[in-house]
Amino acid sequence: MKNILQREIPEELEGIGKLEAFEGAFSKLKKGWMEEKTVPPPNKAKMPHSSKICDTLRDAILKTKPRDGMTVSFHHHLRGGDNLVYEAIKILADLGIKDITLAASSLTTAHDPILPYFKDGTITQVYASGIRGELGKAIAEGVLPKPFVIHSHGGRVRSVHTGKIKIDLAILAASAADEEGNATGAHGPSAFGSMGYAAIDSWYAKQVIVVTDNIVDYPCVPQSITQNYIDYVVKVDSIGDPSKIAGGTTRITKAPMDLQIARLAAQVIEHSGELKEGFSFQVGAGGASLAVAKYIRKIMKHRSIKGSFILGGVTSYGVDMLNEGLFRSIFDVQSFDAAVSSSLLENQYHIEIPAGLYANPFNCGCMTNKLDIVVLGALEIDTNFNVNVITGSEGYVRGASGGHSDTASGANLTVVVCPSFRGRIPIVKKKVHTIVTPGESIDVLVTERGICVNPQKSELKANLESAGIKVKDIEVLAEEVEGITGKAKPIETTERVVGIVEYRDGTVIDVIHQVKE
Amino acid sequence: MLYIPGNNPAMLQQGSVYGADGVLLDLEDAVALNQKDAARILVAHMLKYISYEGCEVTVRVNHIDTPFGLEDLKQIVPLQPDALRLPKVETVDEIKRILELIEQIEDEHNLPHNQMNVHVMIETALGVQNVYDIARYSPRIDAISIGGQDLAADMQLVKANDGVGIDYARKQVVMAAKACKIDVFDTVFVDVENEEGLREEAEYIKKLGFTGKAIINPRQIEVVNEVFTPTELEIRKAAKIVKAFERNKAEGIGVFAVDGKMVDAPVVQRALRVLEMADIDVESL
Repeated sequence: MKNILQREIPEELEGIGKLEAFEGAFSKLKKGWMEEKTVPPPNKAKMPHSSKICDTLRDAILKTKPRDGMTVSFHHHLRGGDNLVYEAIKILADLGIKDITLAASSLTTAHDPILPYFKDGTITQVYASGIRGELGKAIAEGVLPKPFVIHSHGGRVRSVHTGKIKIDLAILAASAADEEGNATGAHGPSAFGSMGYAAIDSWYAKQVIVVTDNIVDYPCVPQSITQNYIDYVVKVDSIGDPSKIAGGTTRITKAPMDLQIARLAAQVIEHSGELKEGFSFQVGAGGASLAVAKYIRKIMKHRSIKGSFILGGVTSYGVDMLNEGLFRSIFDVQSFDAAVSSSLLENQYHIEIPAGLYANPFNCGCMTNKLDIVVLGALEIDTNFNVNVITGSEGYVRGASGGHSDTASGANLTVVVCPSFRGRIPIVKKKVHTIVTPGESIDVLVTERGICVNPQKSELKANLESAGIKVKDIEVLAEEVEGITGKAKPIETTERVVGIVEYRDGTVIDVIHQVKE
Repeated sequence: MLYIPGNNPAMLQQGSVYGADGVLLDLEDAVALNQKDAARILVAHMLKYISYEGCEVTVRVNHIDTPFGLEDLKQIVPLQPDALRLPKVETVDEIKRILELIEQIEDEHNLPHNQMNVHVMIETALGVQNVYDIARYSPRIDAISIGGQDLAADMQLVKANDGVGIDYARKQVVMAAKACKIDVFDTVFVDVENEEGLREEAEYIKKLGFTGKAIINPRQIEVVNEVFTPTELEIRKAAKIVKAFERNKAEGIGVFAVDGKMVDAPVVQRALRVLEMADIDVESL
């Protein structure tokens, strides 16, 4: 079957089941309820004063009675410093456990060491919002027997609620925890800030292990994860590389191209009609996207505008804007540097939120619905404004859906910033390899060679043009880019579908075919 | 004006997108000796195939007395960029000799002598002494610029970053340009990490009368543009002065006051210059 974006979607896929085709960003949401049934959280009981402490992670895992075919989940708040996923999977593999579904909120290059377990049948399926590095290459080449699923941050919460992801064991790293499993990422030697993605795992997993390098006196305060959901607690020497878990402060890029694109994007935002008193704002953590904040900060000061809240993944740059009084509050689902952790701990207007409140489409309203302006990146964008943030120019998985489609659907103004080409690879093109976010959610594309407004947003176009900002037809830009880079050779793939990309409502927006080696 | 090393294809390709008024494709100091030929070939190729839409394109060639200067002219002049930048010009005889060579090459290619402009760089003490005579030598010379690094070296200055040593030269070069009614560009600011230092220097040289400033990193464009672009307040004030002038002129009044300050012809002239820089049509006021 074809979905509304004309992507061919199988009716059914072994290892996943029946698939539902994407029919538009709000086709399911507008009904006002979710048709899928939700599953109840597990029932548990515990005698007073019994201990949850285990000597080693292996002991804790053994107590959970691991079995073949189980689903194990992790969060990715340890970023590039994460060593827990590898340690845990190695223990499971040593115990001879096979056919594991790995449900990590995201997988990064820090997880490259688990690749052998993709190959030996230990792990046979992956659910994640992003996959990078060696893992992304291997799964695109078809290393896993079952198709992987890419979901958004909000979509992951929905999948846990509906039982699409049935977590048997959640292994959750914390930078501080007490003997009962009350845990936080906000302090301790390996502080990493918000634990926003982990909350849902703690609530729904059949068994939950909290792993920390820092046991604190009971009760641990603040509590991102609370004891009533935790089965076991393990003190380990290290949860990973602290320098990569909580590295200093995030700096604005110095790359001239990113800065130029960011400067143009800030001009677009300034004249969009959305930059007004009390606006809410979200930017990504890197490159041009974060750099937009630098220029918006300047404009806000110059025009004496104060915003309401910053949402999502938070950097020290956002914290600086909060401290300067440019925004009233921060709602933090994921923190990107050490400075954010201390703010989270000390500033009552810097608030940790779980992923469901952040972005799950199926509740009484997630916070992305209240966004005024979001600035997002892209690996590719097509002339219908559909965005690929998951597969690279060789067809390998090398990115993350993350909150891209969640925020794009919610924000009044969704700005995509990216260069029109990288090296000799076109970024703005007629057709993207994989669609993650539908063009209907994107308002404007800002590149170094042109600003393109979605034709559906005529008012925005008029606002920009009346401010003297030149707007270019995206078809014209794509042709210009092709004139510079030449026509890109199509990625060679087989018929086999190795992965699917779920839209936030659970429908399939695209599939990923096996890349020919 | 953004300097781009002539042997860097990626930077040459992207040169026009950063918002600079002009790009300076450099075959001289930004290119290592063993890369000179490669840079010349690359720049020539880029001039043929890359569109620098909205940007004035200038090529800085090597000095004619180096082993590369003549070949640079032979390859670049036929492609007629907007302007050719000639480094380390010291005497009238020298500029005469170079212009004759340029015209000879243009004749060989049936090209006119009035299409491509020439920028002269003053980078030595002798050049500073002769700058007026050099600048007025030919109508093709439509801009001069000061090269601070080479000048400081020629003056044997040990510490040159504060600009004190080249201050006289800056003023001399500005005065020569103004006397010839041509543009004058300041030297580069080498500390790319020091945004405030760049802003201070740009503000200073703007006060001296420079038309613009050469830059070596796209990150410097925004600061220089901010300094050289009139502020909203300046534009409003200029518009007020020009409107008052038009009103008073009709009544035969030459000197009048705006906001308590005397306005006469030179003040009006400066106000008109502000509006011109802001690209505002006086008729539309």
